[in-house]
Amino acid sequence: MSDLTSLTIAEARDKLLGKEFSALELTDAYLSAIDRANEAINAYVVVTHDRAREMARASDDRIAGGTAGALEGIPLGIKDLFATHGVHTQAASHVLDGFQPRYESTVTANLWHDGAVMLGKLNMDEFAMGSSNETSYYGPVKSPWRRKGSNLDLVPGGSSGGSAAAVAARLCAGATATDTGGSIRQPAAFTGTVGIKPTYGRCSRWGIVAFASSLDQAGPIARDVRDAAIMLKSMASVDDRDTTSVNRPVPDYEAAIGRSVKGLKIGVPKEYRVEGMPDEIETLWQNGIAWLRDAGAEIVDVSLPHTMYALPAYYIVAPAEASSNLARYDGVRYGLRVPGRDVIDMYEKTRAAGFGREVKRRILIGTYVLSAGYYDAYYLKAQKVRTLIKRDFEQVFASGVDALLTPATPSAAFGIADQDMASDPVKMYLNDIFTVTVNMAGLPGIAVPGGLSQEGTPLGLQLIGRPFDEETLFAAAHVVEQAAGRFEPTPWW
Amino acid sequence: MSIVDTRTPDPKRFIAGATGDWEIIVGMEVHAQVVSKAKLFSGASAEYGADPNEHVSLVDAAMPGMLPVINEECVRQAIRTGLGLKAQINPRSVFDRKNYFYPDLPQGYQISQYKDPIVGEGKVIVSVGPDSKGEFEDVEVGIERLHLEQDAGKSVHDQHATMSYVDLNRSGVALMEIVSKPDMRSADEARAFLTKLRTILRYLGTCDGNMDEGSMRADVNVSVRRPGGPFNTRCEIKNVNSIRFVGQAIESEARRQIALIEDGGSVDQETRLFDPVKGETRAMRSKEEAHDYRYFPDPDLLPLEFDEAYVEALAKDLPELPDDKKTRLMQDAGLSAYDASILVSERAIADFFEKVAEGRDAKQAANWVINDLLGALNKSGKGIDETPVSADQLGAILDLIRADTISGKIAKDLFEIVWTEGGDPAEIVERRGMKQVTDTSAIETAVDQVIAANPDKVEQAKAKPTLAGWFVGQVMKATGGKANPQAVNQIVKARLGIE
Amino acid sequence: MSVDIDTVRRVARLARIAVTEAEAEAMQGELNAILGFVQQLDEVDVSGVEPMTSVTPMTMKKRQDKVTSGNIADDIVANSPATEDHFFMVPKVVE
Repeated sequence: MSDLTSLTIAEARDKLLGKEFSALELTDAYLSAIDRANEAINAYVVVTHDRAREMARASDDRIAGGTAGALEGIPLGIKDLFATHGVHTQAASHVLDGFQPRYESTVTANLWHDGAVMLGKLNMDEFAMGSSNETSYYGPVKSPWRRKGSNLDLVPGGSSGGSAAAVAARLCAGATATDTGGSIRQPAAFTGTVGIKPTYGRCSRWGIVAFASSLDQAGPIARDVRDAAIMLKSMASVDDRDTTSVNRPVPDYEAAIGRSVKGLKIGVPKEYRVEGMPDEIETLWQNGIAWLRDAGAEIVDVSLPHTMYALPAYYIVAPAEASSNLARYDGVRYGLRVPGRDVIDMYEKTRAAGFGREVKRRILIGTYVLSAGYYDAYYLKAQKVRTLIKRDFEQVFASGVDALLTPATPSAAFGIADQDMASDPVKMYLNDIFTVTVNMAGLPGIAVPGGLSQEGTPLGLQLIGRPFDEETLFAAAHVVEQAAGRFEPTPWW
Repeated sequence: MSIVDTRTPDPKRFIAGATGDWEIIVGMEVHAQVVSKAKLFSGASAEYGADPNEHVSLVDAAMPGMLPVINEECVRQAIRTGLGLKAQINPRSVFDRKNYFYPDLPQGYQISQYKDPIVGEGKVIVSVGPDSKGEFEDVEVGIERLHLEQDAGKSVHDQHATMSYVDLNRSGVALMEIVSKPDMRSADEARAFLTKLRTILRYLGTCDGNMDEGSMRADVNVSVRRPGGPFNTRCEIKNVNSIRFVGQAIESEARRQIALIEDGGSVDQETRLFDPVKGETRAMRSKEEAHDYRYFPDPDLLPLEFDEAYVEALAKDLPELPDDKKTRLMQDAGLSAYDASILVSERAIADFFEKVAEGRDAKQAANWVINDLLGALNKSGKGIDETPVSADQLGAILDLIRADTISGKIAKDLFEIVWTEGGDPAEIVERRGMKQVTDTSAIETAVDQVIAANPDKVEQAKAKPTLAGWFVGQVMKATGGKANPQAVNQIVKARLGIE
Repeated sequence: MSVDIDTVRRVARLARIAVTEAEAEAMQGELNAILGFVQQLDEVDVSGVEPMTSVTPMTMKKRQDKVTSGNIADDIVANSPATEDHFFMVPKVVE
């Protein structure tokens, strides 16, 4: 039955309803795939066998009773950032040791409401800070992809590295992920999967461990564009418990799959052609342009003049918010506590032991840029730059452009423990150079596979849309997908 | 913020040091708990007094991934308070995070308002006195701002030898921080300001002003200077929880600072605590680190915005405030400033009085409320809300006096009876035969009896007419005080022929 | 602007993270690399530009004044490293 894991969500959904196999069989197929592969790939930090089977049985009952939900019986992996009731929720951090919330995040509750099955919690960069999934307390995730003729372990990207690797290695039908600066789209691009970061405010942040509140958004990573649309429909909602959740009905995203792009204006921003960008990325981009043009879209050159300032502004705003959001990890109410001679000593020891190096680095940067005398020069300035970045997009959209096409990342996946990246944090940060603008402006962005690098590893294209126009992104990404084909790794595990 | 000195130095308020006179400068930050059912950003109860951590939601405990959603009632109450303080209402304000670590601050930051508060400048008129001549003086104390913020939890230090216990029931309760300008120049003024502020908040129903339960606390900034001279370094006395202690804290802190400076030392800017047992302030023992709160706008929230119509509607529904009520009582009801001040000092007293005075003689009503009712309440240690005599009952007593059914003297007895036993005053008068005797023939009979029994006094009275009073007294005694004193007087004089 | 080692220590203290000497030194280099990177923003003219306050323009939603949560002290302290009688326990605090 192992080929059950090769089905997309859409396929599995139809076959489950057609009673070709049971939800329990589907879930068991994934659980055994995980049990075989996880030691090598390390995508899951916890596998919830019992709960998965229990949920699958309940799905079978509902299917039999004719009350199946939109994701009935579909086995999903959940990023460790989402609070799941009574289950390991630790943001892949030591500081949250043993934490099992007595509550369920809105996004996962929406999924369970629609009948989805939880397989377990997925590895990630600690507190979603990273672009390689190497900052996890639970060790790095290995990409299911390898370079042609190489045994070098590659990173799956980050921070949603566990999500992307699990989807690519068929260890779940789809996965939840989050994106603060590119954490859905970059790992999707590195693993040949589809990931969408919806418009800020589309998915509730309630119950998702916060990294940078004004940038964090949940979204799915899936095998193909249709699956991403199906998942986002279930994940998104209007939530009174999140002040920033936007009061708009959730459209049927799947209906946008197959919609023509004829007459759509696709902008190509010249500022995304950065110095030192490999030729294969340029080729990828040109291919994407050609595919959309061939499908009837009008391609226009556009300018987003403040693009290059997005990443530096991000590295002020995100750490500043994080330094405050992570203050609650103090060893008092949950998680790790390292005893100290007094309460301050306890805080300092707990946080020193509980946070990894990247997290500490960002907390310190954030603390510094907010501290007395520096606020105006750093934080306030960065928020002003952010206004300019958003204005760039608004002007382009106001000129009639429907969506923008860019590469998702400036390169293909790199190796685990890459020396270049390890020696200079800024090098690692540059991975997000094409994705971070979208978070800064709160826009939706989708990463869709566009081809393989010369070394045989995936490369992704990014489409950026108007606020709350995810449908256009699904339509256009589907065109790219149809033209580029789908890419799957050859199992080595 | 630069300090503007709004006051002219007044020798009446100087305090004498060893080297000359000193002037006290006081400003206050008052934390007033907003009257609301739920907390500022969560759905947990804001009610005082519950078992540990029972009035705590996941948001209040800062569980990972929890988010604040603002309680609209707290916003409404803050605007109403601002209107009551005749203050600028800001149609757009911003919630900031004030970052610091403390066990009773679960988020590691307090959501507060820093640069853009919901309420700007306003003022409070404070009546200080009476002085030795019984005079009151009105002093205007400026309000710098009012903002909304979260309360912290509570740490209990005396339950365990080495551990503190943390209870988050208060964590997230809505507070209004009301910041005065440094406009006060004595402990009396500070007390009067706090009293007046509390009165206004209670009139508005935006804070219950209950200092015992901590729903109102004051941080008091105190400095001293040579009269009219430049401002000196100030100390902040944290969390003073009674009006009396505010006065004591200011006086002892001012004396401490004067002694320090006069001894050639200088005042360190620091946070101090008031010890009510010793009656003095002391520096906080915890290491005073340079505060760096790293304020920035809370990204979980949006700017707080409302339109003019909303504010106008709230303004229209505002109750009459003490200053306006006092003016009205003086102008329309002809009350003295003193009586009016007492009657408006608490909204419940004013309401009581107005109910009694409605359709009756206001001055008489004021006398009865102030002298008899408040006197009795005061003696028995009861508040107006616990009064055994209702406004209707007191009104009925006044009606009986006006109808000449009872005398003023009997009315006092009647008040006593209603106080201790309750009941309908008219019915009590009827049942106990307390009615005034106005039947002249009955009075004549009584007078005649007294005259007949005292022939010697009759003779004396003819020579000395003032003795008629003695006869009146005897008749009143004989009638159990129920005879109408004017009628008795007339008849006695007629019978004695001493008109 | 570059940070010295004392600033690193001060910031770590503000953030309540104990750092060893070696860590402080390493952090100093890394923080300066990041601060050097963000210094690019100096080139941007932001005069007259409002700082972003909310990425999606909308009015702030509000909750009604109703008690909808509480009386879950068991849940509140369930994950606490040290708790007694529904209190959280911490090393004694001196005021």
